Amino acid sequence: MNFRKYLFILVPYSWLLLLFLVPFIIVVKMSLSDTEMAIPPYTPYFTLSQGWQGIVDFFSQLDFENYIFLAEDNLYWKAYLSSLKIALISTTFTLLIGYPIAYGMANAAPEWRPTLMMIIILPFWTSFLIRIYAWMGILSQEGFLNQFLLWTGIIDQPLTILNTNIAVYIGIVYTYLPFMILPIYASLEKLDISLLEAAKDLGCNRSQSFWLITMPLSKAGIIAGCFLVFIPVLGEFVIPSLLGGADTLMIGTILWQEFFANRDWPVASAVAVVLLLLLMIPIILFQRSEQKQREAEQ
Amino acid sequence: MKRFTWFNAVSLTLGFAFLYIPMLILIIYSFNSSKLVTVWAGFSTKWYISLFSNDAFIDAAWVTLKVGFISSCAATVLGTMIAYIMVRGGRFFGRGLFSSMIYAPLVMPEVITGLSLLLLFISIGLDRGVFTIILAHTTFSMCYVSVVVSSRLASFDVSIEEAALDLGCTPFDAFKSVTLPIIAPAVVSGWLLAFTLSLDDLVIASFASGPSSTTLPIKIYSSVRLGVSPEINALSTIMIAIVTFGVLTSSIISKRAIKRQRLEEEQAFKNG
Repeated sequence: MNFRKYLFILVPYSWLLLLFLVPFIIVVKMSLSDTEMAIPPYTPYFTLSQGWQGIVDFFSQLDFENYIFLAEDNLYWKAYLSSLKIALISTTFTLLIGYPIAYGMANAAPEWRPTLMMIIILPFWTSFLIRIYAWMGILSQEGFLNQFLLWTGIIDQPLTILNTNIAVYIGIVYTYLPFMILPIYASLEKLDISLLEAAKDLGCNRSQSFWLITMPLSKAGIIAGCFLVFIPVLGEFVIPSLLGGADTLMIGTILWQEFFANRDWPVASAVAVVLLLLLMIPIILFQRSEQKQREAEQ
Repeated sequence: MKRFTWFNAVSLTLGFAFLYIPMLILIIYSFNSSKLVTVWAGFSTKWYISLFSNDAFIDAAWVTLKVGFISSCAATVLGTMIAYIMVRGGRFFGRGLFSSMIYAPLVMPEVITGLSLLLLFISIGLDRGVFTIILAHTTFSMCYVSVVVSSRLASFDVSIEEAALDLGCTPFDAFKSVTLPIIAPAVVSGWLLAFTLSLDDLVIASFASGPSSTTLPIKIYSSVRLGVSPEINALSTIMIAIVTFGVLTSSIISKRAIKRQRLEEEQAFKNG
């Protein structure tokens, strides 16, 4: 029994160690290496052939040069800050658009709810790339949005939306909307209607009972939804690279460029390590709030 | 008290319109005969024909399906094992590290996962190709599978398994004939999730693939960067159709399975 149990544990455990933890250690090591115009494009190169002395030499050649480079170069600071700004603004918009939808779903007749849920989930299954691509045709100079606005006479010159930050915001709100709606809907659905009835009996009007009861009781869903949008958006690559323009700075695209265009692996690795450190804060906050929520429910 | 108001109706309508209009436009204009994507010039299926005669797309589609199928099967097996260990395994050495390694890939930005796997493949001298994409996809999607399966495992009664063990089943038999049938719907939806994640992935596949192995998302990305093209619209329409069909069928099947299970339980309760 025990042997089988350990075999059961050992297979996925060693898989994750080998393909998740070890690669990550390699990234950290790479971020401490120096860039070299060679194949592979970095030094020092780890080998066991020179014995102990080789290992000592290897560690003595590692340094924090790349991190100093990141700290001194304005570009990286700006990219980290602008990723934070984009993630914050787009999370706010996703919340403002997602909440009324979740609220509407929770207020719908119970027999309709599974269907409404399906309508929200279905786009989530379709390709992310295709959903972003769909917006390219809408937002471009001669795209559908401009055609429509020109036709209605609201504007007389086509607007430039594609390849600006506005397009990035639209893309993020569009693709991450289900992540916001589902947790909010889950918390609204659990809400006890008798509380709202009691509030009405006690003289609250609709908006008072919304702000005094519905909103506070859906706080857990709002927090979860905001984190579920904010965390992945920070490291987003596809949306800024397809919808964003030259002035869209996001850390995901910077990392990609460092790696593929500049072939600077050590700097790309340092960018990755800093991004991960940056992500630790919201992730830890999120775990704490989930824990609190779980304790409150028990 | 009437709860559903005109405000709810308007926000749902606008919300659903926002979610679906971009895809509808994409689908409609895949049947446009003009090369200009935004000008309607009559119905035509010529972009579908040119898509199917484009070898590069067909090859990429095969690679993608192969990677998706193999990696989602592997991820389902490993992810189910992980879920079983985490929910039923009790204490073992390194459990904390194990559970954080399961959750980390869910929040890890794809660029970092991709970069780290690429550096691993290079440092152990593994040639990049279909095999390395499969390894990469299995690694991140097994974590999603384990989340889906463990929520189902945690919600059912352990005593059924214990009863099977008391009646003389080996732990493996108990797993196979008691646990597995109960968690089967979650395993199936875990597989589906893994498969769609793999079909969809651009970033990790770009890092893990070699020059000879292009997946569909990589191909789409490289042609889309140059602008909108009607062929990509046609391809997108096909992919949307497949996914919609798959998701709707699986949800109908699982709904029926749940209903049948409930009926059987009621029947057993009456008879007993």
